[in-house]
Amino acid sequence: MSATLSVARAVARRSLIHAFTNPALLIPSIIFPLIFLVSFAGGLSAVRNVPGFDFHGNYTAFQFVFVFLQSAAFGGVFTGFGIAADFESGFARRMLLASPHRSGMLLGYGFAGIVRWCVTAVMVTVASLLAGMTVYGNGVELVGLVGVGLLVNVTATLFGAGVSLRAKTLQAGPLMQIPVFTGLFLAPVYVPLKLLTGWIHTVASYNPVTALMTAGRGFLSGDPNKSALAFACGAGLVALMVIYALRGLRRVERGL
Amino acid sequence: MIDREALREIGMIAGRSVRRTLRQPALIVPVVLFPLMLLAINASGLDVTKKIPNFPADSYLDFALVVTFMQGGLFAATTAGTELANDIETGFLNRLQLTPLRAPAILIGQLAGAMVVAFIASVVYLAVGLLAGAQIKAGVGGALVLIALAMLVALAFGGLGAIIGARTGSAQAVQGMFPLLFVFFFLSSMNLPRNLIEADWFRTIASWNPVSYLVEGLRSLVISGWDGTALWRCLVTAIAISIVGFAGASSSLRTRMART
Repeated sequence: MSATLSVARAVARRSLIHAFTNPALLIPSIIFPLIFLVSFAGGLSAVRNVPGFDFHGNYTAFQFVFVFLQSAAFGGVFTGFGIAADFESGFARRMLLASPHRSGMLLGYGFAGIVRWCVTAVMVTVASLLAGMTVYGNGVELVGLVGVGLLVNVTATLFGAGVSLRAKTLQAGPLMQIPVFTGLFLAPVYVPLKLLTGWIHTVASYNPVTALMTAGRGFLSGDPNKSALAFACGAGLVALMVIYALRGLRRVERGL
Repeated sequence: MIDREALREIGMIAGRSVRRTLRQPALIVPVVLFPLMLLAINASGLDVTKKIPNFPADSYLDFALVVTFMQGGLFAATTAGTELANDIETGFLNRLQLTPLRAPAILIGQLAGAMVVAFIASVVYLAVGLLAGAQIKAGVGGALVLIALAMLVALAFGGLGAIIGARTGSAQAVQGMFPLLFVFFFLSSMNLPRNLIEADWFRTIASWNPVSYLVEGLRSLVISGWDGTALWRCLVTAIAISIVGFAGASSSLRTRMART
């Protein structure tokens, strides 16, 4: 166990130093969620006036949860890019040969992904509060919101890792970005689920991201909703992605 | 005036640019599919906004259709910039300097590939929009003007992409600038008309943002018919950006060619 943790610590440390000393890697992961926040919370605030829009809080708060989860997901995707870059540079292969417990590498990348997301999450939260976001949730509920974000972040990191371990190239970037982007936007992004109509309502009803987003908004507005379902969906997604990433790791090991 | 020799030079470079673009489906397919995917999601997800008092369209699909054309134009910018930067990185531009080709000819020719992508994408966006139930209030003539304006917008953005490509000489740098250009889109009247934007600061930014006038001009053909004011604003904005882009890119390219 200590050997696994030692590998995880080394990989996480390197990954974080690399991310935080390269503005080209760090800035997009911070800027993108802020752009979405400004655009949606500022430009679409009139959507709040649609009959039946009954979210307890202002539109900035409603959109904050989407952007918070989006930053968590893309934090994971950007970590996946880092893994692919490590394969392209040959570092990952050398690390695989040197590691006594290779699953520690996944643990390390996962930890780095969480730390990277925390930085973005703080920036997004501060920007939202400055923009007048209403917060009605209590301390426990806000911890619940962070918990939902963590589940999304870990899921996305493991998904990115799984893709990178199979493709071993940065050219697989769209294979990481597009499914995550699509999954997020096929949830109730602009209005609550009940106001969606047609095919998007059907798709959003079955999309696990909907449960996570609804629960997050419930936590922020002090009116918890579908919390148990959200954590069950999140845990299920993490479990699936652990299997996906570990199988990717085994494939790489067979090729060593 | 452009003489015959200059036209021949432009033709040669344009032919190469078009062939190179058409041979790379990876340059065309995402440009066509990604905006359509966003249109499908946003047209459904934001359809409820038609219930906002004074919303100017019958459906959000009609309102948002032209955003795909704008996104196509944005992709044209990256295509133009990336292709030019690739030619610099691979040394093709250096070899061109051994010929009598002039910088403006190279630039116009290089933009041809991006324009072809923009044209293919515009026709597909329009066809898919009509199949999905969108209605062009300005009729068939309006649809043709829509495609022509979309091409002009693509030329304008292509010029901006070419500036970045010529200045940096790095395809990666051009790709890195993509999010910055995207900011202009998000801070425009792309998602709601300006008079319905509640946040004063956002409405002010959108009113100063030239992208708003491009979007509103294209959109007027779909949702209102022939709106002279919206159309001339769009035309003037697109021409102004094209001139800035072309002048900037020509100057950057001349500087780079002088250096090499």
